Amino acid sequence: MIDRNACVIEYFLTDWAFAQSIWEDIMTLTFRALLGACALGALATAASAETTITVATVNNGDMVRMQGYMDDFYKLHPDIKVDWVTLEENVLRQKVTTDIATKGGQFDVLTIGTYEVPIWGKQGWLVSLNDLPADYDVNDLLPAIRSGLTVDGNLYAAPFYGESSFVMYRKDLMEKAGMTMPEKPTWADIEKAAAAMTDKDNGIYGICLRGKAGWGENAAFLSAMDNSMGGRWFDMNWQPQFNTAPWKETLTRYLDMMNKYGPPGASSNGFNENLALFQQGKCGMWIDATVAASFVTNPKDSSVADKVGFALAPNKEGVDKRANWLWAWSLAIPAGTKHEAAAKTFIDWATSKHYTELVAAKEGWANVPPGMRTSLYENPEYQKAAPFAKMTIDSINAADPKNPSVQEVPYTGVQFVAIPEFQAIGTAVGQQFSAALAGQMTADQALANAQSLTEREMKKSGYIK
Amino acid sequence: MARKTSNRRKLVLTIIAWSIGFVIFFPILWTIILSFKSEGDAIKTPLQVLTSHWTFESYGLVQERSNYFRHFMNSVVISFGSVILALIIGIPSAWAMAFVPGKRTKDVLMWMLSTKMMPAVGVLVPIYLMFRDWGLLDTRTGLIIVLCLMNLPIVIWMLYTYFKEIPSEILEAARMDGAGLRSEILYVLTPMAVPGIASTLLLNVILSWNEAFWTLNLTAAKAAPLTAFIAAYSSPEGLFYAKLSAASTLAIAPILILGWFSQKQLVRGLTFGAVK
Amino acid sequence: MSTQASRAAARLMISPSVILLFLWMAVPLGMTLWFSFQRYNLLMPGQGGFVGFDNYKYFLTDPAFFTALWNTLALVGGVLLITVFGGILLALLLDQAIYGQGIVRVLVIAPFFVMPTVSALVWKNMLYNPVNGIFAYIAEFFGFQPYDFLAHSPLLSITLIVAWQWLPFATLILLTALQSLDSEQLEAAEMDGAGALSRFFYIMVPHLARAATVVILIQTIFLLSTFAEILVTTNGGPGIASTTLTYLVYVQSLLQFDVGGGAAGGVVAVILANIVAIFLMRMIGKNLET
Repeated sequence: MIDRNACVIEYFLTDWAFAQSIWEDIMTLTFRALLGACALGALATAASAETTITVATVNNGDMVRMQGYMDDFYKLHPDIKVDWVTLEENVLRQKVTTDIATKGGQFDVLTIGTYEVPIWGKQGWLVSLNDLPADYDVNDLLPAIRSGLTVDGNLYAAPFYGESSFVMYRKDLMEKAGMTMPEKPTWADIEKAAAAMTDKDNGIYGICLRGKAGWGENAAFLSAMDNSMGGRWFDMNWQPQFNTAPWKETLTRYLDMMNKYGPPGASSNGFNENLALFQQGKCGMWIDATVAASFVTNPKDSSVADKVGFALAPNKEGVDKRANWLWAWSLAIPAGTKHEAAAKTFIDWATSKHYTELVAAKEGWANVPPGMRTSLYENPEYQKAAPFAKMTIDSINAADPKNPSVQEVPYTGVQFVAIPEFQAIGTAVGQQFSAALAGQMTADQALANAQSLTEREMKKSGYIK
Repeated sequence: MARKTSNRRKLVLTIIAWSIGFVIFFPILWTIILSFKSEGDAIKTPLQVLTSHWTFESYGLVQERSNYFRHFMNSVVISFGSVILALIIGIPSAWAMAFVPGKRTKDVLMWMLSTKMMPAVGVLVPIYLMFRDWGLLDTRTGLIIVLCLMNLPIVIWMLYTYFKEIPSEILEAARMDGAGLRSEILYVLTPMAVPGIASTLLLNVILSWNEAFWTLNLTAAKAAPLTAFIAAYSSPEGLFYAKLSAASTLAIAPILILGWFSQKQLVRGLTFGAVK
Repeated sequence: MSTQASRAAARLMISPSVILLFLWMAVPLGMTLWFSFQRYNLLMPGQGGFVGFDNYKYFLTDPAFFTALWNTLALVGGVLLITVFGGILLALLLDQAIYGQGIVRVLVIAPFFVMPTVSALVWKNMLYNPVNGIFAYIAEFFGFQPYDFLAHSPLLSITLIVAWQWLPFATLILLTALQSLDSEQLEAAEMDGAGALSRFFYIMVPHLARAATVVILIQTIFLLSTFAEILVTTNGGPGIASTTLTYLVYVQSLLQFDVGGGAAGGVVAVILANIVAIFLMRMIGKNLET
């Protein structure tokens, strides 16, 4: 054994100076940090004469843009200060839900979607927005969106931007294949076009669709697709319907298309992955959210900006519903907030026509938040600036969250079912479908699993007695 | 041994080590590279990425959009605060366990470690309810307390193993020289313990800095650290690689630099009792 | 040497941390236990009530439960395997005289400083992606079909990400241990004619075993709660191929906001983790006796 004492002493001699300097650095740093914290605290107290509201929002482009226009808000309302909490969608949903359900009171304005509003509104967790000032012009809101955000006659959230889904396709590839895309395609048209455009040797895949598991990812797309095949999630007794013909047709045709014409790795592709593929010119078609239109036609990021055409989401021949969903990111106020008046003032500003005009004046009409008001789509300047405007409004109008399917349903929601259990069920079902896409099981197995797991959850939560 | 072969051996080993180092570092390097690209270029093929235009655009956007300094300060206060608090509580315990070991010392240590096995996702709601009632939501104090308790077992374990290596002969020698208890602690023990304490502090600061579950779920605007800053850039609708890369680079840079400068220190105390 | 007084003082010094940790363990655990027997969904207030073992029944009969159990063990085991063996090799390499040793060491430990969500996003999008990822380009460069990592071997892919994050930790500890190895002993063995291999197996391996057990213990504690990497890359899929126990608890408690079910899952996870811990501690305890 080496001499332990000698070792320790030597250790201590060589290291002491270094350790000491590090320690000093750390202490000064901490001290400065604490000092800084105190200074920040002092500032906050000094400014407490004004009302500070905390706004939780998702990190999508339109919300981020709004944060750049706050000067206008402060000019109009110098007594209100806004603290932003901008987060990724999943994190935001988790936090906001925990907070509202436990009455944590951390937020004064929440950004939530058409999934949460009906559930939370029914619980009495949200403040009714029926008393917004007259110039808010509530009748100008798109009827489909307004209906999705209204519970028992109360508007519980003001839409900030809305979206449906439609087909984006490459006009140049269609031309090369000698085809034209009908304005209202059927699934048969889509399959034919996908086959014609696919050129795997050159890295062009006929169709890109969501495959990543998640209730807001592949489950959303497939639920909408199922509607267009004449199916539904639940019958009037809350029995899941995965054992019915429409779901079987939905999954079989989806898998068939994706396996033959889809990109590799599709089972982990969500909105963003497909967007990247489409922008690089690797997809012939992409059926997804209408907001994607402004990304794929933006020449700065997209290599195919001038070659994109749009069509309504497809349906099966003879079914009167199309595969287009409806979603609106909306601003709501949690019940029990201490700053209700200030929060309402903020929501009124953020979702007003004034805000739309503000953005249009500074950044052009193509950049205003879409899918919210009828007046926007009647505006000739907007129609000129956004070539996808008409297709977007037609898609939104074609979706009806109260009657998503041609059959009767007990729930609200097109690409989701507005019950608290759906996030978990939708994700679990999405996983089965994604496993089928990855080739780990057959369509029948995936559907059987989806059926039994949904039944189990519905029994557990007491829907099925 | 012939000098020549040993030189060649050194060269070969150097090449191997550098290649492995490069491979391990590559994901971080790539993140840094992407942070200097535009969003459109960041999704191109690797070769195209390297040859495309370099730009500070993403950093500009990140700077414009969020208050990096506020998040950074919160991270510093929370991670150092929690570890310093844990050290204040942990040093006496570890000290006592190392120098006055009892029959149960090992069991107590193991039990302490086992408190870390509770899955955080399962206890968020109980903790959230308590934090709400005590007014600790979205406060640095609340996070300092939680992270302190999270790290305390590791802190005690590291300190214990480090203190145990201090030979008691030194204490006895000091005592024989007539040093009082105060000067014994001040002039003999403390200097010897400092490297161990420093490396405990460093490792746990790193762990706290990267802790992303509690820091995200118990904060909103005021106390949100860099993990929340990152969450503002991951997976929005639209392209985000370049902006996320820039934000990530900004978030990991401070701790990376701290880690690099103090790596010698970190290595020295990081024995966890692994060395006899 | 220790007197009655010093024992009392020692107890006094230990008690704050013991009391605090006890509270930190007991209060949430107590609340979790309580909730686990309740019907309590955050999203459906007013439907509470005692439900006996229903939450446990649903959690344990979840079709994903046994897969999740297996996946958890596979993930933890896989990461430990990679990090311990990779760590030993790296430590041996870094212990050699090479040019720019400091820089290489810096490169190797860097992943430890990266937040889990960030590394998961980077790996998923920039490395694994079968169309744009670096691995796909490498495969195509050599004329192979790109492999779809996250779809076809999700658990292995996640294991690799997590192993990448923890490799530096293992390397550092093992390196410290290696550097503390008595060089005279090695030289003596060399003079006795022991080859490099036998020196490695008879001197270094026993010496490193102790460090390796420490690596295993500490990492297991952290690895059992691996969660961000799964959420970001596969959401537990495809199917349930990468669902671990922690992820299953997450689905219950934060996707479904079923506090009762999540609590039951949490209790099950704690019990299982402690079984693993007992095994580990037996092993470590033996190895750490001084």
